[in-house]
Amino acid sequence: MTEILVLVDHADGQVRKPALELLTLARRLGTPAAVVLGAGDNAAAIAAKAAEYGAATVHTADAPEFTAQLVVPKVDALTQIAQATEAGAVLVTSSGEGKEIAARVALRLGSGLITDAVDLEAGASGPVATQSVFAASFQVKSTVTHGAPVITVKPNAVAPEPAPAAGTVQAVEVAFTGNAATVTARTPRVSSGRPELTEAAIVVSGGRGVGAAEGFGVVEDLADALGAAVGASRAAVDAGWYPHTNQVGQTGKQVSPQLYIAAGISGAIQHRAGMQTSKTIVAVNKDPEAPIFELVDYGIVGDLFTVLPQLTAQAKG
Amino acid sequence: MTLRIAVCVKYVPDATGDRRFADDTTTDREGVDGLLSELDEYGVEQALRIAEASGDAEVTVLTVGPDDAKDALRKALSMGADKAVHVNDDDIHGSDVIATSAIVAKALEQVGFDLVVCGMASTDGTMGVLPALLAERLGVPQATLLSEVGVEGTTVKGRRDGDAASEQVEAQLPAVVSVTDQSGEARYPSFKGIMAAKKKPVQSLDLDDLGIDADAVGLAGAWTKVETVTARPPRSKGTIVTDEGEGGKQLAAFLAEQKFI
Repeated sequence: MTEILVLVDHADGQVRKPALELLTLARRLGTPAAVVLGAGDNAAAIAAKAAEYGAATVHTADAPEFTAQLVVPKVDALTQIAQATEAGAVLVTSSGEGKEIAARVALRLGSGLITDAVDLEAGASGPVATQSVFAASFQVKSTVTHGAPVITVKPNAVAPEPAPAAGTVQAVEVAFTGNAATVTARTPRVSSGRPELTEAAIVVSGGRGVGAAEGFGVVEDLADALGAAVGASRAAVDAGWYPHTNQVGQTGKQVSPQLYIAAGISGAIQHRAGMQTSKTIVAVNKDPEAPIFELVDYGIVGDLFTVLPQLTAQAKG
Repeated sequence: MTLRIAVCVKYVPDATGDRRFADDTTTDREGVDGLLSELDEYGVEQALRIAEASGDAEVTVLTVGPDDAKDALRKALSMGADKAVHVNDDDIHGSDVIATSAIVAKALEQVGFDLVVCGMASTDGTMGVLPALLAERLGVPQATLLSEVGVEGTTVKGRRDGDAASEQVEAQLPAVVSVTDQSGEARYPSFKGIMAAKKKPVQSLDLDDLGIDADAVGLAGAWTKVETVTARPPRSKGTIVTDEGEGGKQLAAFLAEQKFI
């Protein structure tokens, strides 16, 4: 069966959940083979995790270049592994870096590129990718017609399912091509202790109606009671009330949780583009005319500073 | 030496309009008014700031698109760019990002550049990969998704905020950068700027000028194919209640019913 290469995204020695989702999807298309780059001493543990989710082979490479230079070393490695194994397709997580890696790999392989897939299935002539476009108002199904498909997949496209496989580790020597920007300093993001925004089953977001940075306290309290991630609208981020890393919307994160709670968010197109595909949507807003109410399964017209704490108390039950 | 800055911009359908697909499954560019992609305004802004800081720079704004795409160039010129290049050819219609990057790269080579500045993504296709593809094709470093950017001598430096870390990055010119919407608010064109833009040169290029074979681009030359497009059914109307003191409890009851709490 054809090998489907999965670039395994990892941080702090841990496999990130979207990589397990990619391995799960890869099994629909062929035999998953994981690619683990620059993991240092954690490579073996990461390889074992990939094997647990179906990787028959795990290609590993380690070199200082993977952290010292931007994007290009990973492109070198992934391209060379794809060529050597004659991979049937290459899957990468849809992050900013993931898409950049995928694009350059596609160009080097002479392959068509599809980004931001929300689903993947095997078709008569290769993988069929589903995308959600124009602020999630359309679903598009596409195929790659030239070369081995290179596809980036958004987090939460599928629930990761274990399927233990051999996970035979193959160390790879990579020929680095250079011409890359160098990383001169790195400040790891301080973890909030909450779930990753793009990976969370529940997201609670605050917007202009939160009124101030301190106002996010009630949003965070509810999120913690529900085990949820915290999001923010662009208005709240631009006002400096919450970090940009938590921005939900066209220019921030696109999330698709089981439950999305929008507090004090009007629902401008920029925001809707980032959350419209959530399964259940709930909103609390003072303005009964707010466009967010067009999307909701349940909406409360009211003050978030009274409604949210009441809900939090109930959730803590 | 004059610093040659090229800014790549896209003319896109207004995101607040009712965006749709044309019958050939390409983006419908007729039904909704077009404009300079909002995210590219940040690219123009940073290019202008770098030019102003350098004191000896020339900013060229470049687009690939149909006749109306001139509006995007005019906007960038009225913000302060010095000149514009418009690649326009009917055979480009339907090109995928791989082909588009080939066209833009050829045009950049012809125009000449020390620094290429792009926005983080278009607001229609939203792929965010063109800057990386340009770096690959031009054989220069990419310093992309920067929230801060500046040029010191022949080095471009910036801050890249990723999911796991914030990185300081740098590259020797020539290089390709892209900037995020966190890089700094884009300026509004002044009246003077709008008047001056009318006199600034706009060079038109077609595929022949760039030495690109028409078969290599457009719908027929694309390496991906859209099989189907389906409008998402509108979400069914939900329950909306006005808080009269029990709103939080009512919401809790709904979430309990849905098994979230």
